[in-house]
Amino acid sequence: MSVAAAGAVPGFVRRGPWPIAWALLFAATLGLWLGKDQWSWAVKYPRGSVVPLKDWISDFMKWLINDFDLGLFTFKEFTRGIAWVLEWPQWLVKGLLAKGFKFPIGGEDAFWLTPTLSWLGVVVVLSLLAYRIKDRALALLIGFCFLYLAVFGQWQSAMMTLSSISVAVPLGVAGGLALGIRGYRSPRFERAITPVLDLMQTVPVFAYLVPILFLFGFGPVAAMIATMIYAMPPMVRITMLALRTVPEEIKEFGRMVGCSRRQMMWKVLLPAARPTLMVGVNQVIMLSLNMVIIASMIGAGGLGHDVLASLRRLAIGQGLEAGIAITLLAVALDRLSQAFSETAPAGAHEEVVHKSLLARHPYLIGALALLLGTTLLGLVAPALRAYPEAGQITTGPFWDGLVRYININFFDQLEAVKTFLLLNLMIPFKRFLLQLPWPAVVAMVALAGLQLGGWRLALLTALLVAFIAVTGNWEKAMITVYLCGISVVFASLIGCPLGVWAARNDRVHKVVQAIIDTLQTLPSFVYLMPVVMLFRVGDFSAMIAVVLYAIPPAVRYTDHGIRKIPPALIEAARTSGCTRRQILWKVQLPLALPEIMLGVNQTIMFALSMLVITALVGTRDLGQEVYIALTKADTGRGIVAGLCVAFIAITADRLIGAWARRRKQQLGLE
Amino acid sequence: MSGSGARTVKLACESLWKIFGPGAEAFLAARGGEADDAQLAAAGLIGAVRAADLDVYQGEIFVIMGLSGSGKSTLVRCMSRLIEPTSGRVIFEGQDLLAASEKEMIEIRRHRMGMVFQHFALLPHLSVLGNVAFPLEVQGVPRAVREKRAREIIELVGLQGREAYYPRELSGGQQQRVGIARSLAVEPEIWFLDEPFSALDPLIRREMQDEFLRLQSMLQKTIVFITHDFDEAIRLADRIAIMKDGAIIQIGTPEDLVVNPATDYVAEFTHDVARAKVLTAGSVMTAFGANGAPTEDSFAGRVPVGERIEVLAAEVVAADQPFLVVDESGAARGLLTREAVLRVLVGRGRGK
Repeated sequence: MSVAAAGAVPGFVRRGPWPIAWALLFAATLGLWLGKDQWSWAVKYPRGSVVPLKDWISDFMKWLINDFDLGLFTFKEFTRGIAWVLEWPQWLVKGLLAKGFKFPIGGEDAFWLTPTLSWLGVVVVLSLLAYRIKDRALALLIGFCFLYLAVFGQWQSAMMTLSSISVAVPLGVAGGLALGIRGYRSPRFERAITPVLDLMQTVPVFAYLVPILFLFGFGPVAAMIATMIYAMPPMVRITMLALRTVPEEIKEFGRMVGCSRRQMMWKVLLPAARPTLMVGVNQVIMLSLNMVIIASMIGAGGLGHDVLASLRRLAIGQGLEAGIAITLLAVALDRLSQAFSETAPAGAHEEVVHKSLLARHPYLIGALALLLGTTLLGLVAPALRAYPEAGQITTGPFWDGLVRYININFFDQLEAVKTFLLLNLMIPFKRFLLQLPWPAVVAMVALAGLQLGGWRLALLTALLVAFIAVTGNWEKAMITVYLCGISVVFASLIGCPLGVWAARNDRVHKVVQAIIDTLQTLPSFVYLMPVVMLFRVGDFSAMIAVVLYAIPPAVRYTDHGIRKIPPALIEAARTSGCTRRQILWKVQLPLALPEIMLGVNQTIMFALSMLVITALVGTRDLGQEVYIALTKADTGRGIVAGLCVAFIAITADRLIGAWARRRKQQLGLE
Repeated sequence: MSGSGARTVKLACESLWKIFGPGAEAFLAARGGEADDAQLAAAGLIGAVRAADLDVYQGEIFVIMGLSGSGKSTLVRCMSRLIEPTSGRVIFEGQDLLAASEKEMIEIRRHRMGMVFQHFALLPHLSVLGNVAFPLEVQGVPRAVREKRAREIIELVGLQGREAYYPRELSGGQQQRVGIARSLAVEPEIWFLDEPFSALDPLIRREMQDEFLRLQSMLQKTIVFITHDFDEAIRLADRIAIMKDGAIIQIGTPEDLVVNPATDYVAEFTHDVARAKVLTAGSVMTAFGANGAPTEDSFAGRVPVGERIEVLAAEVVAADQPFLVVDESGAARGLLTREAVLRVLVGRGRGK
């Protein structure tokens, strides 16, 4: 840490042994590469030495399902039992919103199907809810979004998706809250759970779909459990953070009035932490939506299923309509939950008097009456039950036509761009990475870890990277790194300047903020559609989709990093006669750099999670490996490849995090 | 006010220590409950409260005054065991609090202690009424009862009509009134105020101090009041304890501190105090010599021995003859001359 102590020296030139160490390492790498005929094991990890971890995992899974006996019942019976319990709320909500309930009335196939809630009732009630918690603009937005679903014939699918979410979200929030409270109370529990959360957030979803399918069976419940695993970690983290940041005085006040442990948590801490907790709820909703779409692959049905099916048939128009439906649903849910989190207790200033149930909850009762009324009316007026097909619009043919038009008239231009980038940038970079000897990469990562964070970080990152080689995924991992790397560079090149612009101009800030807010609410699936439309499948399409998906954090962090520089520093620079350009380059950028790097870090995380999705458009990286494992139901293969993706993510995250932390300390920002 | 009759001790601290750092208890035990600066520093520990000894009397305003980092906030938290002291005793009405179980402490805090916080510590999700009723809610008092009681106190602190407001809709001064009302809801026997007015603007602070004195004249609570503002301490205190680096340097009435500062540190604080506000006729008068009380026509009038110079100044300076200083029984104690009063007013009175 002598370097850190000498941190007063500004800039990136660091004295000490580091340049020499790096030079030696590069020389060794070059030597290894030149002698690759002699040391072929260094460039291509020998097949014979691969640790058959995936087989072990698969065998363990088999044992777990077939032979593991808990005494009274087997493990499989146990998990299937859980699935059975979880199926009930699912069945209930789905029956109400999307499918109706079946009542047998004698005979084999004769049954009476109850009507689902009337579409009109749902639209009106949600709009009124929006009006009640925020304003007319939100009510209009919500009404528009849900009307779209009805008019464009997406109602049934959207209600399937919505019902999956409305079961998964409360469970995810409750689980996250419970774990978060536990972690807040016991530091030991927090230490134990943090790495698990890291893995839950970085292992791609596809990787654990297979074991979940084995344990819980194919269908909506498995999808729901996958959704919870995916959506819970932020809630756990935010709960711990929110509880910890409740002002010390409020905690002392709670003790001073003699709160019991439970009163303290439920009457003081949680209510005081509510605004932050609601951010977590919003996160859970958005992640659940994203996941429900992905989980359509394992039988969740709904909008995701429609998109996937049309992607496979290359029916762009239909897919796009379903994609827009997802987008609108996402926007609606996001704005609604955000508005809900912002509603502070109403300042009506009227005394609460104890009245009848009706008088106390006029809105709730009114809403229920409205839903019930329209639904019952639907029994006689079919137009209320389901949106009449005659009134449905489809823009499918239009989009198909548009894509055809673009492809006919701009094919050459598009193809030229694609070929140019592929030949001059992507393929050379890929070749370069594939030729890097793996021991050299391990050594480089370790050295970087040593320099940035000490020997513990070096050991961790080296082990994570070595894991990838030893389990035989090196080549695919390098393709992942190449795609991810290029995408991150492009995303940063586009995102960071946008962020700088937004930081220096309030009007731009507002516009950009609105755009990236919307982009971030979109489930990753949606990004595939326009890309496939224009560039068909392959690495290039994947890269474009990843770049689009990964830009928002680069913009957001850059904007934020520059904006939070103390105004006094900018004023000081201005008083000493700096031009705007000088202020940017000499003051704002250097000070914001740690924050910007954290944004790049997030960009990497986003890119990696999107890369796995792009396996659907035919990449050949780890994502594809995970996807193949999914289609072949190969537990071990999927999990090992998934862990490799996670380890790449964690390595990048730890190294960049360590750098940013140190830099912030040097700059005295923390 | 101070100095009359036998006083009952409400709360006492006996060689109370709070040391932050690993192994603090063993460290202190190994040294027989005593440690000095050098020893603490060598062990890498921080002595936040060091050997504090004090008695708080029934019905008095006891101010603990010190700069930031002097340990005053830690000391007041040790008194209610919000912070666990490292060693020593805290005696509340004859009971050693440090020997009380967690359950007993909850009961004591619920029914017999109240506390006001520097940054108000109001619950953001509850209305004024809900906040003030909260301590009673925690005890399980039925809603109607606790809200009735809450309304009474809200009126007492002058916030009637604001019951349904939420904290963020109130000004700082109003928020602290809620904090004060809330701490009084359970009718505590001892009332801790931790820099209650420090976060307020100077004008509001002044107003709140008056309000506080008005409340105290009605309620006669036993009060431990923390402040870093010596002027505030002098305005409010019956007695002041001055703290520095975790240790109590001097305890006394404002006048004691001005007249007989124990150390240069205390003298430094009292230096700029307007003496007329602190000194009484008794400490400025000329005691009678061997020739006893003067004749009736040689003084202009009588003044009580405990009256502050600030109150008497105009009258004494305007008169040609000195005033006779008398005690409660009416016995003559000395003479207050115009020169003596003028000396106080221009800042060169006794105690310099």
